[in-house]
Amino acid sequence: MQAVEFTNVSFGYGDGETSSSREVLKDFNLTIEKGEFIALLGRNGSGKSTCAKLINGLLTPSEGEVKVFGMSTKDKSNLFEIRKRAGMVFQNPDNQQIASIVEDDIAFGPENIGLPREQIKERIEYALKVTDTEKFRDAQVSRLSGGQKQRVAIAGAIAINPDILILDESTSMLDPKGRKEVMEVVRTLNKEKGMTVIDITHYMDEAVEADRVCVMGDGVIMATGTPKQIFANGEVLAKCGLELPVSAKIAQKLRENGLPIPDGILSKEELSKILCELLRKI
Amino acid sequence: MLSDMTFGQYYPSKSFVHDNDPRTKILLLIVYIVMVFVAKNFLALFLALVFLAVTVLASGVPVTSVLKSIKAIIFLIVFTAILNVCFYKPKEGDTHYFWVIYKEGLIAAAFLSLRLVALVMGSSVLTLTTTPVSLTDGIESLLKPLTYIKFPVHDLALIMSIALRSIPTLANETERIINAQKARGADFDSGNLIKKAKALIPVLIPLLISAFRRGDELGDAMDARCYTGSKTRTKYKKLTFTWRDLVSFLVTAVFLTGIILLNVYSVEVTAFFMSLWS
Repeated sequence: MQAVEFTNVSFGYGDGETSSSREVLKDFNLTIEKGEFIALLGRNGSGKSTCAKLINGLLTPSEGEVKVFGMSTKDKSNLFEIRKRAGMVFQNPDNQQIASIVEDDIAFGPENIGLPREQIKERIEYALKVTDTEKFRDAQVSRLSGGQKQRVAIAGAIAINPDILILDESTSMLDPKGRKEVMEVVRTLNKEKGMTVIDITHYMDEAVEADRVCVMGDGVIMATGTPKQIFANGEVLAKCGLELPVSAKIAQKLRENGLPIPDGILSKEELSKILCELLRKI
Repeated sequence: MLSDMTFGQYYPSKSFVHDNDPRTKILLLIVYIVMVFVAKNFLALFLALVFLAVTVLASGVPVTSVLKSIKAIIFLIVFTAILNVCFYKPKEGDTHYFWVIYKEGLIAAAFLSLRLVALVMGSSVLTLTTTPVSLTDGIESLLKPLTYIKFPVHDLALIMSIALRSIPTLANETERIINAQKARGADFDSGNLIKKAKALIPVLIPLLISAFRRGDELGDAMDARCYTGSKTRTKYKKLTFTWRDLVSFLVTAVFLTGIILLNVYSVEVTAFFMSLWS
């Protein structure tokens, strides 16, 4: 069964009659497989955050249907189950913690689904371990750095033991170090724990790590494919107001200037390897 | 710093009193208040203060922090003392000094002031040795019986804990807005009181709006983490009474008994001490 399935989804904010209402998604179709790491790329206003909120039923489509493991978000009685299976981490690290102390905050989700105390304890231990936040257990959330706060937020989400983790621009307010910390945790969750990850972002370098990239523009999918396929075509990206990852951009410029650099260079590591080989030949 | 406010005046330390259950501390504070009000003479009140001193010693909190709490109500103390002296209704056989001042009036005023001081210092011991978070837990647990009359205890506790959690965030936000307004030339420091208060409006309005926005997002985050209300919710933190709480209760009971006895037998006890003296 597919983890998430969007079928002909349209969504607009407002009542559809006033001029301020705006259609964010138009006849949107997307299927996400279990265990997949998918990146939704797009600039501000492309409808990518709306997608995230449609998945766990914070928003419901005005037309079409969103199904999570076969359960439609339109049926309110499904929402509890859907939210148990699709955890979400939001953008602002300061606006998603409920308790003052890290441990108490992670306990919030498991408490809500009514787990007995021993099980909550296990879940907390697991979440602290996976997100490498054990040493903050008794710390005040407000004293942590942005990256640490977002890791605690991930811990809070995975303490519910979801199958899907949705990151709604979770790294956009972090510094490079914090972003790296968070992405490391996300990678572990996807590769080692088999969690489906839906990363909504406008950082190209983050999208490079995904199994599949969807580029969104004006409420529709403009392109979809592996990172290599997507970033081979700079024009589609440019049309959606996005840029190539820095390493890909450098590779492209070098290629244009006559250096024999192969296609499909996306990361710093790949680029430096190729350049070193070239240097050795000279 | 503003963002230190979550902990209130909490004095972080490990001590017998810190390790007491927050419920014990709240209940014993109530007992202590009863002690202070029950005490009818200086001797009994003195015993209540001895009890306070023992608690402070056991808590490891510096005496100065406890004394500092009086500063906040010094005006109130002086005011009530003056009223008590001026409006003292003299009885037969009272010693009259001058105008409306009687010896007994002065004594009554001193007694009342001492009582107020004892009250404030006692309450400060609670807030000095208990974090606001565990205080909230304690209050929730103590109010639990009220759920039977449909009082939303759980929701109240959640509101309190979210409020506590939001203080540092909002404090930071306030600092940021003040700086932003200062950068635009706002002046918060000059002028009279009214002018200063007016200068705060451009700070309060953005703060209010951002608080609503944050609240909205927090609501979404709570929904996303399966929050549905209180019915099926479990609780992770469990408060447990230990031998420490038992000891505290026993010690308090001894002092309370002592105070009641001193109330009844004050004459005899005074006579006894007098006989020791001579």
